[in-house]
Order: sequence, then C-alpha cells, then structure tokens
Amino acid sequence: MSLTHLELLEAESIHIMREVAAECENPVMLYSIGKDSSVMLHLALKAFYPSKPPFPLLHVDTTWKFREMIEFRDTLATKLGLELLVHINEDGVREGVGPFSHGSAYHTDVMKTQALKQALSKYKFDAAFGGARRDEEKSRAKERIFSFRSAQHRWDPKNQRPELWNIYNTRISKGESMRVFPMSNWTELDIWQYIHLENIEIPSLYFAAKRPVVERDGLIIMVDDNRVPLEPGEEPVEKMVRFRTLGCYPLTGAVESEATTLPDIIQETLLTTSSERQGRAIDKDASASMEKKKQEGYF
Amino acid sequence: MSHQDNLIAEDILAYLEAQRNKSYLRCLTCGSVDDGKSTLIGRLLFDSKMIYEDQLSALESDSKKSGTQGEKIDLALLVDGLAAEREQGITIDVAYRFFSTDKRKFIIADTPGHIQYTRNMATGASTADLAIILIDARKGVLDQTRRHSYIASLLGIRNIVVAINKMDLVEFSQHKFNEIEEAYRSFADKLNFKEIVCIPMSALDGDNVMNRSERCKWYKGMSLMQHLETVDISPEIAETSFRMPVQWVNRPNLDFRGYSGTIAAGMVKPGDEIIVIPSGKRSVVDKIVIRDGDLYQAEVNESVTITLRDEIDISRGDIICSTDDPAEQSDQFQAHIIWMEEEEMFPGRQYIMKVNNQTVPATVTDLKYKVNVNNFAHEAGKSLALNEVGVCNLSLGKPIPFDPYKKNRHTGAFILIDRQTNATIGAGMLEFSLRRAANVVWQDLEVGKMERASLKHQKPAVLWFTGLSGSGKSTIAALLEKKLFDIGRHTYVLDGDNVRHGLNNDLGFTDADRVENIRRVAETSRLMVEAGLMVLVSFISPFRSERQMARNLLDDGEFIEVFVNTPLEVAEKRDVKGLYKKAREGKIKNFTGIDSPYEQPENAEIIVNTVETTPEQAVEHILAYLDERGYLKSI
Repeated sequence: MSLTHLELLEAESIHIMREVAAECENPVMLYSIGKDSSVMLHLALKAFYPSKPPFPLLHVDTTWKFREMIEFRDTLATKLGLELLVHINEDGVREGVGPFSHGSAYHTDVMKTQALKQALSKYKFDAAFGGARRDEEKSRAKERIFSFRSAQHRWDPKNQRPELWNIYNTRISKGESMRVFPMSNWTELDIWQYIHLENIEIPSLYFAAKRPVVERDGLIIMVDDNRVPLEPGEEPVEKMVRFRTLGCYPLTGAVESEATTLPDIIQETLLTTSSERQGRAIDKDASASMEKKKQEGYF
Repeated sequence: MSHQDNLIAEDILAYLEAQRNKSYLRCLTCGSVDDGKSTLIGRLLFDSKMIYEDQLSALESDSKKSGTQGEKIDLALLVDGLAAEREQGITIDVAYRFFSTDKRKFIIADTPGHIQYTRNMATGASTADLAIILIDARKGVLDQTRRHSYIASLLGIRNIVVAINKMDLVEFSQHKFNEIEEAYRSFADKLNFKEIVCIPMSALDGDNVMNRSERCKWYKGMSLMQHLETVDISPEIAETSFRMPVQWVNRPNLDFRGYSGTIAAGMVKPGDEIIVIPSGKRSVVDKIVIRDGDLYQAEVNESVTITLRDEIDISRGDIICSTDDPAEQSDQFQAHIIWMEEEEMFPGRQYIMKVNNQTVPATVTDLKYKVNVNNFAHEAGKSLALNEVGVCNLSLGKPIPFDPYKKNRHTGAFILIDRQTNATIGAGMLEFSLRRAANVVWQDLEVGKMERASLKHQKPAVLWFTGLSGSGKSTIAALLEKKLFDIGRHTYVLDGDNVRHGLNNDLGFTDADRVENIRRVAETSRLMVEAGLMVLVSFISPFRSERQMARNLLDDGEFIEVFVNTPLEVAEKRDVKGLYKKAREGKIKNFTGIDSPYEQPENAEIIVNTVETTPEQAVEHILAYLDERGYLKSI
C-alpha cells in the first residue's frame, strides 16, 4: 500500500522543515494565525517530535488584525510552550498608518512588508518559513521552496536557483536569507482536508456566526472595534458570516454563510465558485501585483 | 472548484473519506509553446473544473486583450505566469500546477521546451513519475522530441505519454498518427522506459484529453486523463532494501536519541537489523517514533524518527540501511552532470556537492565526453556549457554513502554549488564508484613533510604570485628567491614561461587549458611543499576558483597569495615582452586583460603595488610578512 497524497504532502513538508533546522543558523517560522499557519505549525510539531520545533514563531502584527486572532495566537503559544515574537512597525504606528486613512496598498506596504523586513533584519534570521502555496496565485506557482532573498530582502524571479529532487541548496552569504515554503505543493482543499483529518485547531472566525458588519465596495467588512469610520446614517448590521481567509479586518471580506462545522466549511469551499484570494483587496491592484510585491519583499 | 461530484452536496463526510485515499501522481509536460503545451495544461485544469468563475472571467478578458485564439478562450493564458513570460509569449521557468479528479491528485511540472531551458526541464523531471511529451502532428518527431525523451530518461522517468497533438489540423489521420508513433518508438527503445503510450489529441478542442474523442474512432486506447488516472507508478517496496539518509539527530533530552529522515527505499519495522554507512556499525531498530504514537512499520517516502537499541555514533549524512543490501560508499565516481550555469564547468575546478543530506568538496577530474541531447551522440569536449550534459569523473573530499541513480533516485542524486556565489550550478546522477579510493592506500611514510622541512631548518610554503602579464611577478619572485637563498632557505621558482615550455607544453590559452595549467602547477607546488621547500609560483592565474583550488590542496598557512597589483594601463605601457601590442593587434587570442578576464583576489595575504614601490621594496615587504609569521624561523 503506497502512501496517499496527504501522507506524501505531509512527509515532504516535514523533510523541508528538518532540512532548515539542520542547515540554517537562525530560522524562524512566520505565523499569521490563519488556517495555513495552523497547518504549518502542526507539521512543525510533528517534524521534530519529541523535540520542540527548534525555532521561534514570529507574528507581524499590523495592529489591524481581528481581536480574536490575537487571543487565539497568545493562547496557542502558551499552550504549546513555544517562543512567540511579535513585531509591530512602530514608525507606522507613530504616523497613524491604517487601512481606512491611508488605503490598503500603503497600509500593507508599511505595516506588513516593511514591518516584516524590519523584524527579519532585527533578529538576523537567515531563514523564515512561510505558509504560502503554489496554487494560490500565478507568480507563486514558479517560486522555489527555498526562495533566495538578497540582503535587501528582494526576490529575483528571473534568477532563481534550480531546485531538483528533494535536495535543497541552503547556502547564503552574510546578510542574505531564505524564505522557505514547506507547503508549496498543497492546495486549498488539501489544507482543509488535513485540518479535518488531524483535528487541527483554527480561529472560530472561519466558522459562520452572527457578526456586526457593514458593506463597502462589494466587500462585507466586520466592525471588529470602534476604528471603523461609519458613514452618516450607516449602521452595522448583524449577519451570519464567516471568513475564507484572515488578514487585517478592514481588508478581509466576509462571506454570508451558514457553515458552522468543519465539514460544512469544506462543503461550501468545494461548491463555491470564486477563488480564495477574491476576498482580499491586495490582489486586485494590478494584473501582476503579487509578483511585484514579492520582488519588494512581501511574503 | 465546482466538482460535479454529487457526494459533496449530499454527504460531505463520505466524500472526505473517499478523498482521503486518493493516490498522487507527479508528472512533467515537455514541449514548446508551438506544440500547445500550455493549452493542454489549461485544458486539463479547465476540464477538471479547477477554474473558478472569477478566474474564468479574468481569463476571458485577458483572452481578448492578448490571446491568440480570436474569439475563443486562450487556455494557455491560465498557465503562463510571470509578467515577462506573458509579454514574450513564452514559458521560461518551471511552474507547478495542481488538479485532482475523483481518483487521483496531480502535480504537473510545466517546463519550457527550448534547448536553452534544458536545465528547467531537468528540474521538473527530477520529481516526476511520468512525462507527457508533446508532438505537433504536422511536424512529427523533431530534435526536441528526442531531447525531451533523453532528459526524461536521464532523470529516471520510466513512464512516457506521447501526446500527438493538433490532430485536428491533420484531419485526425490514422496514417499520420501511426507514422509518428513508429518513428518515436524506433529511437525511444534505447531509453530504458517501462511504458510508452501514444495518444492522438487536440488540446485546443479537448479531443482525447478527458474523454475519448468522437472525431477519431479508429483510436481504441484511453484518453490522456483515463491513462493518468490509472497508470501504475507505485514504488517497488517489497523488492528494495530499506535505507534512510539521516537528516537530523533528534535529542530533546539525555534519555532520547532518535534519527530523523525521509525513507528513501523499502520499509522498516522495529526489530529489523540495520547497518550504518559509512561507519559500518550495526544495531537493531527499537522504535519508529511519530507524534501520534509509535509505528509498527514505515515505508519509502515517509518522514519518521528511528531509535536504535544500541548507542552508536550516527550523524547527519549517514545512511541507515538494512543489512542484506546496504548502500555503497566511495569518494571517486563516474556521474552524469547537467550544467546549469552561464560560467562553464572545467575539469580541475572545485565545487561543493550536496548529496544525501551532506555537503562535500568535489572536483571534476575528467570530462569523459559530452552527450548531444538531440541525437544522443558522444562528443569530445574540454568544458560543459550551460544546458550541456556530460559524463564525468568526480573526486570528493571524503567518502560518502550512495546508491547508483539507476537503483535509487534519492540516494544517487546530487547538486553542485558554486563556492563563491552559492548558486546551484549543476545537477548530477551518480553512476558507479571508480573504486580508486579502495585501491589507493596512502603509504604511511616514516619521513614526512615535517621531517624534511626540519632538516632544512624551515617552514615550507607556497608564495603564489598572481597578477597581469607584465605586472612584475617574475621580477619580484626572482629577487625574493635570491634573498631567501642568501639566508640559507631551500626554494624553487615555478614560472609561467618555464613550466609552459616543459610540463605544460601541450596546453594552449583557452579557459579550459588555463584551468588545467594551474591545476598541474598547483599539484606540483604541493609536492614541493611535501618535500619541504619554499615554492615561489609566478603565474598570471586569472581565475579565483583556480587559486582557491591551489589553496585547498595545502594545509592552513601553507598558501600565501601575493597579489601583484599593477593596473592594466601600466602593465600595457611597460609591455616588456611586446605581448600587449600583439594582443591589441589581434595576433594573440585570449590574452588576460585584453580579451580574457582577470579576477582580482579578494583576500590576498599580501598585496604589492608596483606603481608606488620598487621590486626591492616589494621584496622587503614580503620578507617582513614571512618573518612576522614565523616562516623564516627554524623549526
């Protein structure tokens, strides 16, 4: 009996994580609290058992995450006894950068991309795990599992190292780093199925519940705190909604849904007719926008 | 992802249970844009309903803007990912595509077909179980068909689908199809494939892609998808012996010592006897540990942690094997190498090899022949250029455990890494051990380097003078030798000119010959250091990697690089031998500084500036260095 596709994907991810632990001096796992991060963390626990993962978690906090995400993050890190680093771009905080006042592009650049670069430089990490998958977006489909970054954190898509078999070249010079994507070959359905099969804990924002929301430019935005500027006469309404991805709450559109259990969510995901990233404002800017952002250092 | 499966809507739990047991197939598509490769992949994604509505509407608008199919949807646009590719209308990298059917999950490595992208195809092939080779029915078997088939075979793919595409443009002619199939099989016989399946197809219209086409009833075989869903690619677990390259030693506390790795062949159970290669130590498997509990057994491709009954010394890079047929070990190999870098590969250069979870220094000692990837002919050559394939002899810094690639794709594969840039510059497949390591036993001589040197009351070393022609290397070396001789040191000068008239009189000035020239000089100077001498080497030696190679042959402190730094203008103005003039007139080719590069040393021990200092001052400077570091004291 040969392995099923999920068993093979799991084994591949574990192999990648161990390779980083064995060869990189100061690795870190980027933890974004979403379902992909949850799976990645679960894989890390498996990869090194009975040891703990030999690296800390890093969360880049834009200060605009759903409150529940932050609670989930802190509870989980304590429960597992893992080191959790939280980085906030204090320059951005001082300037009062936020998605409502500065727009999604500027906010994402300052509070996410710049903040990430700050954190990686500050702690001198030479390898950072990310939960990105190749099925998410066209330019991701061509990115290596071990993706080289210059000392300026830049990705050069035309000058990537060939990556053969499961032999990964982890060698870098001082100041340079690797982004490592152990779940490159997973698809969205694989992620859900694995969460189901392994009983992995995810934030309840993924499940439908009555939540206060307003509608903006076709996106359903949750009023997670009092920082949402309401138009005159605009009132948040309670709706049964859930989130397909988790990010900054003003940039993450909810979908109306009755899915309150994991099988319900998977069913809905399979029957849905729009792709996962559609709920994210960031991908719509330009046709090749993700490729450009990645060259500049976005995960 | 509107899977048509009614089960999703009716009984999601039953559906998930069924999904769980899907198998997995990794395939590679090869062909050029003209063959309709991107269209075929787009078709597979489209017809297996992997396209969402928002992606479809984006595709429709893109098709109108930059499509090549008029009013029809251009499926190729779905897969040509990078912006540069969309502009140029070509696929320049490897992209991975995912789709699934009710029976299987698929990863397709989408790779370009032109000869300048051979390395990308090899990359895609390295993880694939099956290759789909596209042929344009109007054109038949071309050079590129042979090339794609050869690379697939070289990387160990055993299952081939020949997609004879664009059948709609030859009116689904059975005669045409048979002709192409026959032509394909006649050359592919040599390539050691397990199975070749030829399918007539129109990717553009979908004929024989998902379902059998009504338009060519004479074809009785399966559609592409029917074949992909049923082809048997399961690993031969029972017939192969267990081995697991150790990736990480798992030591959470003093009471637990486990060895983590991905199983590369066979299966393992607690109680199995094992042997560790290269140490040869034996033990018995105690437990197979995973987070969910201990396993009764584990098999190829699983990532596990194994504990043993005995405490034996095992490190990353060792292979734990079953005792019946363990891996071999050697430090001398014959191997196939695919070169992946602009800068050519030269025999004599030293690279870093990553193989079985460890990195070792590796030198290509001989390029036996190059393989013409279009017609499989063996050709003589002195170097391997980007995208060329060659059969080489390799010598490693230490013995490694391995299997021949034909026996195991995991334990017989390696990559080569550049020492300076850290780029992956080559990939290779180990064929067999040259067994020289086993035969050459170093004589344990009672008189060694230290004894010889001490008789001469000196510390042996190489002073390696590098710099442009006319920079003053030989003048300074000769003066220095005189001074050292005067104070009773035993020396010898190896000079570019005198060596080229004797030892190296068979070498010219091409890059390959320059590398060999330096290799011989480096080896000669090493022997002289063994003899206890102070060796003064005066060679232009323009390439960093050759100087590094010479340095690596010697022990720490024995190699002193002296950079005679004279700007080109100055050296050319001096032109003691009249060579620059001839080079400028085109009478001498490959002249360093004129039409061949000089790579300056980055970490030379001594730098001599001949514009501001006289040769005598330079010699004083070098003597001071030697004195300070104890080279002139008796030992």
